[in-house]
Amino acid sequence: MKDHFSDRKYIIGAMIVLPVLFFIIRLFILQVLDPSYQLSASSNVLRNVTQYPSRGLIYDRNGELLVYNEPAYDLMVVPAQLAPFDTVEFCAILEIDREYVDTEIARAREYSRFRSSLFLKQISARTYAVLQEKMYKFPGFYVQPRTLRKYSNEIAAHVLGYVGEVDRRMIEENPGYAMGDYIGITGVEKTYEEELRGEKGVSRFLVDVHNRIMGSYQDGRFDLPATVGNDITLSLDASLQAYGEKLMQNKIGSIVAIEPSTGEILSLVSSPAYHPELLVGRVRTRNFRQLSSDTLKPLFNRALMAHYPAGSSFKVINGLIALQEGIIDDASRLTCPGHYTVGRLTIRCRHHVTPVAMPAAIQVSCNTYFSHIFRDLLDHPKYGSVTAGFNVWHDHVKSFGLGERLDADFPNELRGFVPPPTYYDRFYGENRWRSLQVVSLSLGQGELSVTPVQMANMTAAIANRGYYITPHILKDVANSGFEPSFREKNYTTIDSVWFEPVIEGMYRAVHGPDGGTARIAQVPGLDICGKTGTAENPHGDDHSVFIAFAPRDNPKIAISVYVENAGFGAAMAAPIASLVIEKYLNGEIAGNRKWLEQRMLEADFINRLVAETDEQEN
Amino acid sequence: MSRRISIWKNLDWLTVIVYLVFLFIGWVSIYSAVYDDAHSSIFDTTQRYGKQLIWILAAVVIALAVLMTDNKLFLFFSYFFYAFAILMLVAVLFFGTEINASQSWFQFGGIQIQPAEFAKLATALALAQFLSNTKQKIHDPRVLTNSTLIIMLPVMLILLQPDVGSSLVFFSFILVLYREGLTGWVIFLFILFGVLSVLALLMNEINMLAMLVLTSFAALLIIVRDVKLTIRGVLIFTVVAATVLIFFRLAGQPAQLDTQLVIAAAAASLVLFVLSAMSRLRGVQLVLGILFTAILYTYSVDYVFDNVLMPHQRSRINIVLGFDDDPLGQSYNINQSKIAIGSGGLTGKGFLQGTQTKFNFVPEQSTDFIFCTIGEEWGFAGSLVLLALFVLFLLRLVYMAERQRSPFARIYGYAVISVFFTHLVINIGMTIGVVPVIGIPLPFISYGGSSMWAFTIMLFILLKFDAERMEFLK
Repeated sequence: MKDHFSDRKYIIGAMIVLPVLFFIIRLFILQVLDPSYQLSASSNVLRNVTQYPSRGLIYDRNGELLVYNEPAYDLMVVPAQLAPFDTVEFCAILEIDREYVDTEIARAREYSRFRSSLFLKQISARTYAVLQEKMYKFPGFYVQPRTLRKYSNEIAAHVLGYVGEVDRRMIEENPGYAMGDYIGITGVEKTYEEELRGEKGVSRFLVDVHNRIMGSYQDGRFDLPATVGNDITLSLDASLQAYGEKLMQNKIGSIVAIEPSTGEILSLVSSPAYHPELLVGRVRTRNFRQLSSDTLKPLFNRALMAHYPAGSSFKVINGLIALQEGIIDDASRLTCPGHYTVGRLTIRCRHHVTPVAMPAAIQVSCNTYFSHIFRDLLDHPKYGSVTAGFNVWHDHVKSFGLGERLDADFPNELRGFVPPPTYYDRFYGENRWRSLQVVSLSLGQGELSVTPVQMANMTAAIANRGYYITPHILKDVANSGFEPSFREKNYTTIDSVWFEPVIEGMYRAVHGPDGGTARIAQVPGLDICGKTGTAENPHGDDHSVFIAFAPRDNPKIAISVYVENAGFGAAMAAPIASLVIEKYLNGEIAGNRKWLEQRMLEADFINRLVAETDEQEN
Repeated sequence: MSRRISIWKNLDWLTVIVYLVFLFIGWVSIYSAVYDDAHSSIFDTTQRYGKQLIWILAAVVIALAVLMTDNKLFLFFSYFFYAFAILMLVAVLFFGTEINASQSWFQFGGIQIQPAEFAKLATALALAQFLSNTKQKIHDPRVLTNSTLIIMLPVMLILLQPDVGSSLVFFSFILVLYREGLTGWVIFLFILFGVLSVLALLMNEINMLAMLVLTSFAALLIIVRDVKLTIRGVLIFTVVAATVLIFFRLAGQPAQLDTQLVIAAAAASLVLFVLSAMSRLRGVQLVLGILFTAILYTYSVDYVFDNVLMPHQRSRINIVLGFDDDPLGQSYNINQSKIAIGSGGLTGKGFLQGTQTKFNFVPEQSTDFIFCTIGEEWGFAGSLVLLALFVLFLLRLVYMAERQRSPFARIYGYAVISVFFTHLVINIGMTIGVVPVIGIPLPFISYGGSSMWAFTIMLFILLKFDAERMEFLK
């Protein structure tokens, strides 16, 4: 059954053959004629060397360089390109043994024959110089330039964090990373990893059988240059940070200083600290093990993660809540007989003038006054029940940023704890508890726990008369059209008018006549407002607590200081806070306060502790 | 029993052997492409090569099943298959899994099925059924309309996924229509406008216009062999175009110069076209008609390119045309692929010795870019052998289609040829950088069960018809 068009099979045949013929010519040009694509497979190999970007630099708020980079060299191996070599010489240059060579090559081979593996990390510049001349003897090996972090000062280890190699889990979570890449593990290095890391690049080289680089492949047409990371500027004040760390030497605790108007963290000290360079390069693993087994936990960032009682410093918040709720007005006075007694419960108070109104109550830190107004608040008939009254208190407290993560720009911040009514329901049974059972909250004790950064932020909210800006450490990112993300004012539930009597009390605590609790924090010429605290510690000596801000009008700094096992707030925390404030606002310590500075620097609560423990054991 | 024996006897063993060789080359190449020391056994089913072996074994079973099937089934149920395929194409838009930004897969446990692959088969059957049944000539408007509908319906649905690569394959069915008598002009125009599209993007509009007009008058001169007439045409053309331009000048230049020129040239060629139609100069008429359409067409290509295409489609086309020399952006795939193939040299680096196609230098190295591995490890010699095998295979299928006694089988045969041919040209063209990156597999070679099975069914239906062509006289 022939049809009219059967001759068209020839045309169709030609239509099939022609493009294939064209392809064959094209392939002949590509594979045989064009030398630019030509790689003699038997003698030349193409080596892709990753170009690691140097991480962005880190500056403090005054432009002082904190973190930079120095070159380092990794020795890499591609098992498929290995040829027999003189292992004795090789080991001698690198100061390694034969066993290391064998295990590392076996490990690399197990990973991949064709991809490069790390053979020896971070060889020194001198070893590198020697090795470079002999590289032709060791085909399959090549040197990969890297950069390592370097620090200008021995400060702010907890803020800066450290950089380490990605592990398998991180690669699975972030597919942009490959084995051997560095990534920020904690601190600013982690939070701002994306800004700091830059973009990896790749260079392609032709390498001959003698392991010599013959040149850039295709004149670098297929190279991708690395993009360096963006430099970032922190809100940290390096000299203030250094001073704070010096004051905290031989003490356990934390200093957090915030600029109230912006929420910028000026200083964040966690003591004991460590030299940031301990966690860089080859020594990192060993040092890390050592640091993490240290009983004083130097790796633990107390400023963000330690849970402490708020102590008497918290009375200012309870005072504000009582004023806001109309439980008491700022002129009403209460008499203090030196103790607060209900039934069998007695809370002792210090000896002070009586009766006291709000400012004086804060000035002298009167336990009786605050126990009274706290119970009056919970028991007030307008709420209907203790639970309802407690809820009112709970919500006010939380509006100061307590009991929740502040979501500052740090990777591991803890939330503290502000007990909700349900907490006591579980404990005592629903509606089975009364205000007396939770009265210790009036003094900042009991179930309430806070972190130092929360306390500093709470102080900033008081300094601002009713709002805070989420504390943060980042000030600027270079070349990125940086938009500050922390600008929103978080208002507390307290009206700004109620802050004056409380601040007056804090002012008098430092400056006041008739027994202020923190007169040691007085600095001539500076209107420091502060409140001491003593955080009860069931495990040992009480912690010394102090919160303060200055000046009274237009505050420039708000601070919280915790010194563990140092007793009263006035003993250690208040003087340290006043020195930090003085240093920040005046730039130096006045001559007549040098003795105090000296005493603080010499105070030693770590070795004393060690000595005591030794004594007990003996 | 006797019938089955006759199948084995009449089966076109040459084709079957080439088919099996393709499968083997594919399997070995995938092994080499994703080779991994930790899983060095080619039978390791946790790896792609192990899985491909499973797909291959399944394909052989499917092939046997097709050979056992009564081929009246394909004949009688061809429209049913087509309807079912269309239904699947609609369903995948709603229930499909999205992979690489196009919703074109059904996921059944570990197996992925791409309905578009089977739509090719169904369309081939439906087209064969329709064309073999109609009593009309192919130029009958109803026949043309219906054939176009059969082809374009799946195209539209696949474009909605969107999967440009698969939908392009359907356009190759025009080859089938050509074989069944569609005028060669259609193919000519198809190619002409394809070339024009490329040129329109490559050249600026004024040069393009000049080239079109000059070529047309040259063609005119060759056709009419009358210098005077041609000069007269040129004069009329110039006068009309000049008039239009002067008119624009008087009207105060509402458009840009190149737009004015295009309009002037279009008007002038239209006038000449009408004049030649009135004086019944058929050849002249034709050339001028094409010129007029070509001018409008080039202009619209630029428009579509700038205003309709997605940015990634634009950049893929730009790379092939050589505009973007940015080795790190969109042209990464092509550059990697060219490096790999180019580094193979005359004889290649040897089995498993390729360095460029391993470990993600080339993306999709076991699927769409599998030819890179072959080019790198077996060099020009290997590439030549593979392409020669494909030409042998396709020409054998042409031969086979032509010896069918029934129009149905012949038309179906050509449909199969068109599909394989398009896949071959687009896939290889893409890896050597002469066709934009359109992700479609190389038949029988690329990794993946869905496409391999669809191709196998297509091929073996043809083989079945061929084996029984003596008793099958429809």
